[in-house]
Amino acid sequence: MVETKSVLGGAIRRREDPALIAGQGLYTDDVAPTGTLHVAFVRSPFAKAKILSIDTAEAAGMAGVKAIYTADDVRHLGLLPTQVAVRARPLLADGQVAHSGEAVAMVVATDRYLAQDAAEAVFVDYEAQEPVIDLKAAAAGDIKAHDDMDSNVIIAWTAGPFGDEDGIAKTRETIQAAKDRDDTVTVSIEMVNQRLVPTAMEPRSVVADYSPGYNRFHVHSTTQIPHALAGAIAKTFDLDNSQVNVTALEVGGGFGAKLNVYPDEILVAFASKALGKPVKFTESRREAAVNTIHGRGWVATATMTGTRDGQILGYELDGLADMGAYTQNFTAAIPFLGLFVGSGQYTMPTYFNVACVLTNTVVTDAYRGAGRPEAEYYLERIVDAFSREIGVDPAEVRKKNYFDKFEDAVSPIGFAMDTGDYGANLDALLEFVDYEGMKARRDAARAEGRLVGLGLSSYVEVCGFGPSGLSDLGFNWGAYNVDSAFNGSGLVRVGGDGKATVHIGTGPSGQGHQTTWAQIVSAETGIPVDNIRVISGETDDTPVGIGSFGSRSAAVDGAAAHEAAGRVKAKAAKIAAHLLEAAEEDIRFEDGVAHVAGSPDQSVTWAEIAKTAYHPHLLPEGMEGGLEAHAVFSPGNATWPFGSHICMVEVDPDTGNVDVLEYLTMDDCGNVINPMIADGQLHGGIVQGAGQALFEDAIYDEQGTLLTTSFMDYLIPTATSMPSFQMERTTTPTHVNPLGVKGIGEAGTIGSAQTVVNAVVDALADLGVKHVDMPVRPRRVWEAIQAAKEA
Amino acid sequence: MEITLTVNGEKVTADVEPRTLLVHFIRDELRLTGTHVGCETSYCGACTIHLNGEAIKSCTTLAVQADGAEITTIEGLADGETLHPVQEGFWERHGLQCGFCTPGMIMQAAKIIEENPDPSEDEIRHGIDGNLCRCTGYHNIVKAIEYAAAKARGEEPEPAEWETV
Repeated sequence: MVETKSVLGGAIRRREDPALIAGQGLYTDDVAPTGTLHVAFVRSPFAKAKILSIDTAEAAGMAGVKAIYTADDVRHLGLLPTQVAVRARPLLADGQVAHSGEAVAMVVATDRYLAQDAAEAVFVDYEAQEPVIDLKAAAAGDIKAHDDMDSNVIIAWTAGPFGDEDGIAKTRETIQAAKDRDDTVTVSIEMVNQRLVPTAMEPRSVVADYSPGYNRFHVHSTTQIPHALAGAIAKTFDLDNSQVNVTALEVGGGFGAKLNVYPDEILVAFASKALGKPVKFTESRREAAVNTIHGRGWVATATMTGTRDGQILGYELDGLADMGAYTQNFTAAIPFLGLFVGSGQYTMPTYFNVACVLTNTVVTDAYRGAGRPEAEYYLERIVDAFSREIGVDPAEVRKKNYFDKFEDAVSPIGFAMDTGDYGANLDALLEFVDYEGMKARRDAARAEGRLVGLGLSSYVEVCGFGPSGLSDLGFNWGAYNVDSAFNGSGLVRVGGDGKATVHIGTGPSGQGHQTTWAQIVSAETGIPVDNIRVISGETDDTPVGIGSFGSRSAAVDGAAAHEAAGRVKAKAAKIAAHLLEAAEEDIRFEDGVAHVAGSPDQSVTWAEIAKTAYHPHLLPEGMEGGLEAHAVFSPGNATWPFGSHICMVEVDPDTGNVDVLEYLTMDDCGNVINPMIADGQLHGGIVQGAGQALFEDAIYDEQGTLLTTSFMDYLIPTATSMPSFQMERTTTPTHVNPLGVKGIGEAGTIGSAQTVVNAVVDALADLGVKHVDMPVRPRRVWEAIQAAKEA
Repeated sequence: MEITLTVNGEKVTADVEPRTLLVHFIRDELRLTGTHVGCETSYCGACTIHLNGEAIKSCTTLAVQADGAEITTIEGLADGETLHPVQEGFWERHGLQCGFCTPGMIMQAAKIIEENPDPSEDEIRHGIDGNLCRCTGYHNIVKAIEYAAAKARGEEPEPAEWETV
């Protein structure tokens, strides 16, 4: 069962699990204070429409209804606070609807069924307008997502390298010169990286409870960013942040979908204050599809030029990214995250240009990987197509163009990278999987007439944000009234009983922080894991922190916890030296005790040290009481994990069905805190990326109605979608944090979609198929086969 | 309407509206919140419970349909302090991350190994095809159910992957 002793790197079982496997884990929708009122929203069926009138009279008289609010009631609260506010949204549609599913009115009733009944009785008179849904049409700009805008393009992220106008022009000239050479080959493909619905299994939920006597809110929410939500509510109601306590209980999956402050979170707080009761809103699954952010949604052309022996001389990505109807938390910054890894692991001159375009659709924002899966998808697809065109093994082409092993390098796109050893990683994969053997098995299957393909890809990503200096460039949380940059923050307190608590501003949603933060602190102090409790997702009781997203928690907040633990240990050593009448530098911490080096019998327990700390008269002269430390940690850089994936697929020529037969990986996330948990992150991440490759697709009709709002039409992977994995890792620690960890939350998703599509194209290559857009569902694959046959 | 049923071994009588979903009755009236609502359409399986010995989805069952039934929810699966082998397997083999799908997944898995004590990987994967998980990629859920099946047969489970490398 659970081991009580651990060091970093141990696969100890999760301390979260006993409650969760017993059905005793508490999630936001489980919170039901006495007298709780329930919310249902009236949502627009139109993608773009003027609201002529809203008649709430009938609904207001229905059973259980306590209040109905429209924009007139909440306009004074302002627009939704956002970080990158190019087109901030109203809390409720204010005279104008900009996407189908946008909330127009809010019904509060005594029961969730009665609230829904009343919502259906609210009569809204709309004047429908022609929406703009298609991304290219929106960029062309005949129809505007909002009538008051001159263009739907709100910003373009251009680099070559980033921030250097002269450099961009020169890079383009260099690439053009390479294209013009007689001895080069240029491959260009327009590819869709389709819009997705993030689909955490737990729909979003929020419960707000206002206490008039104390002028304080207690808000439970399914959020990855508790402090940002507290700040946003405080800002909205003109309160100090300390007047809002946000609690994120168990959060049932996030993947970026809960990395936003949503209008409903503010509105539920408003209703609680107005009505003097706790108020709850829980999304239905259909509602989640039109109310919670979407991800991806790019159309771009990737172009690669190089010599016939595989030297890549230039790469260009030119495309559009769909923002949806408004900008929320990071919306317009997502392609910028893609730009960071625009040149991947390679050294070739790179031009990157992605324009951000508003459409009358659900807002897009960070979905697992956020910009990086898109960028790596285009790059790794075109490397594969280029390799195929010149007839050189894709592994050879990659290795020929990788950065050599490095510490601190600057990518062609202009960003400093921490550490990398890409060639060794790919070689390790090829050996692990017996690459030649895999190719032979593929060829043998093909000889039998089967459509079997092998897909290889590699990736570098950027995560672990990050350095607090980014704050000066606007990367801070001031928009939410949170006084923090992207740095980490952790407080370690040893109580009078010698047991520790870690207070940390992260917002986990299944990553096992209760276990891994305890491992970090245990490794540093020698306090057993079972004597360390982690407190997060409770803004009243944690230092300001910016939550869990972007594979950042271990590398940034985990590092802060490590630093804080080190400071606590340093003070404990002084106390132990005093108690043992020994020199401070001779004190060693092991197995929950401090002893004198070479004399294990001369020891004091953490409990004895802590008891002394809380009885200051027993302390050395001049030492303050207490045993805790708060560390704010700013890393020197973001971290750059990398890896290589390979898979084998078989395509059914009659149906176009794709069957993934094998999937094998070699990832490198630096040092690993808990390999069981790290591998689990990869499993889930890979299946999410494969889900995009194989099934998932948020489809709008021409009128802007989302057609994929249930699991019947929005297909996420099931247990039969993928095989079991075979995994290994290389370890290239980072030097930007003391743990040497890089982050693992998004790596699987960033590395997998192109691996699957590369394999599908390989399976069909002999037929002449050069590309199939995601999702590679049977009909699309079958049509590609038929088109190739006819051609 | 008045309904009487047995939930986790205890007899319950309640007055419910005919339209009340069984999952809402379990969660809101009985306050057994381990059974989750993930989709309201039977697809995700987060609401899976045992009703008269069958694993069913309580989000598309009316409470009145459960009149006279015997129900087991995740809270009633363990034998006192002793975990059901499937619960133990999920803990031992990291079969859960966020835990939201876990109760339904465990209730379904318990039925799989009850009906088929030595399921193959393929049989396990097909057996939980109606229970969606977004975190684990199902890899460790399969391992967890294999562990549980071995335990239930009185055999020593295969060592965990991280113990063999």
